[in-house]
Amino acid sequence: MALGTIDRTAKALVLTVQDYSLFSWRALLNLFTPPRYIPDFLVQSDIIGVGSASIVLLSGFFTGGVLALQSAATLSEFGATAVTGRFVSITMIRELGPVLTGIMVAGRNASSMASELGSMVVTEQIDAMRALGVDPMRKLVTPRIFACISMLFFLTVVADAFGILGGGAVTVFMNHQNGTQYFSMAWEHLRYPDIIQGLVKPLFSGYIIASIGCFYGMRTTGGTEGVGRATIQAVVTASVLIIFVDFLITQVLLTLFPAP
Amino acid sequence: MNESAASSQTPPIEPGQTLSGRDFAPAVEARPVVAFRDVSIAFDGPPVLDNISFSVGPGETRILLGPAGVGKSVLLKLVNGLLRPDRGSVLLFGEEISNMPEEMLFPLRTRTGMVFQEGALFDSLSVRDNVAYQLIQERVPDDLIDRRVHEALRFVELDETFDHYPSSLSGGMRRRVAIARALIHEPELLLYDSPTGGLDPVTSTTIIELIVKERDVYRSPSLLVTHRLQDAFTMCTHRFDAEQNRMVPLPKGETDSNTTFLMLEEGRLIFDGSLHDLVHSQNQFVREFLE
Repeated sequence: MALGTIDRTAKALVLTVQDYSLFSWRALLNLFTPPRYIPDFLVQSDIIGVGSASIVLLSGFFTGGVLALQSAATLSEFGATAVTGRFVSITMIRELGPVLTGIMVAGRNASSMASELGSMVVTEQIDAMRALGVDPMRKLVTPRIFACISMLFFLTVVADAFGILGGGAVTVFMNHQNGTQYFSMAWEHLRYPDIIQGLVKPLFSGYIIASIGCFYGMRTTGGTEGVGRATIQAVVTASVLIIFVDFLITQVLLTLFPAP
Repeated sequence: MNESAASSQTPPIEPGQTLSGRDFAPAVEARPVVAFRDVSIAFDGPPVLDNISFSVGPGETRILLGPAGVGKSVLLKLVNGLLRPDRGSVLLFGEEISNMPEEMLFPLRTRTGMVFQEGALFDSLSVRDNVAYQLIQERVPDDLIDRRVHEALRFVELDETFDHYPSSLSGGMRRRVAIARALIHEPELLLYDSPTGGLDPVTSTTIIELIVKERDVYRSPSLLVTHRLQDAFTMCTHRFDAEQNRMVPLPKGETDSNTTFLMLEEGRLIFDGSLHDLVHSQNQFVREFLE
């Protein structure tokens, strides 16, 4: 009985991974053949990029502030409060900026993609689109994936910048340290590999968020309850995958660009 | 009469039956628009459709009857390749589509019009953009789109909803907009999935009147799924009078000879024939369904 359940679960998991691989591969390939829906790409870029800017900006700012607060106490024990800027900028750019932005955007956009497409599936709008001769993969999925990849890149830059600013604000106004020193440490110790690491990650996170959101949305079954289920699955899977892929990319990039 | 096994031919006109003044030849002589040959499909269980064979000829209207859950909507979705059969072949406009890649199906689907059970209008688009959906994808100029949308909306008598959104329309109005959307591209085949399902009798009659109007004005072949006998009989015993701009009954004893019936029972096609054949059928299930 238990073995049977494990067997069925394992098969279902393998089947889901297979379906997801084919789904996301097809969505990527659609970029290289017409028709391309540029207006849909722009609309999605606006929804994802402009729509998520405020939450990314705020979460980045406060994360930078928290980093400065937490590090100041520890660094002061070693008389190294001067390196707060370096600590905040490297942590934000290499790790927290990309991951936090990814998770914030996943919570907002993977859920909205899954619920929007899921609702379209259960109300037969996707079938209607196919019946009207339009490929929903090209019209709905591909623009979302590429809009999410490109917007997450810029949102991560925004999160990094506001994180460093937040750290600076805490350093100057709460820890009463020198602001010039903070920003100069933040800038001078930054290396290209740090920036590369920070800007490669959102490309993968953007792809994960949109492809997982669309995948669960497009395979919704079971009416409105199914839409809710698809939304939860999309957010949970996207968030976990973002952190997992972040770990893999960090490992690869640290091998390629070892610390000096 | 042709019962218990499906026929791929339209049955001959029975003695005493007459054409309803239509001036085109019966469909049997031309290549069918749709042909099913021993089609079966299952979804994790017993077959939903089992060895289904039938055809829809040019100018023919076929009404697919059966109680809820016998696979009527599944059959309709097999016609334009929205679903793929497990066995058998489906021919649409003479082309075998059961194994056709999705990309090749899209151009074929643009030659068909489909009206879904609940209308399936795109919530985020206005009525104008819903009706014009195919034309917008084909980058038809805006002024031409507006003109054709107005024409299509006038046909379903909803011209005033041009700028409205689907959420502000009633159930019946949504179906009528869905019919306008299906008609705008002048389809060579129309598929209606329970167009009157869940509507009150008056609104149902309005929808059936539109379908009869489409049948008698444009004469597109069509396949209509319904479980409402009243709708099916109305379609068979009425015609659209262009002068009066309304549906009128045919003279007593006359039926529209190009409107014929199919009936499903538990995934099997148990009836394929005319209204006359249907009402005189000795099949137990058909008798129970009619009663």
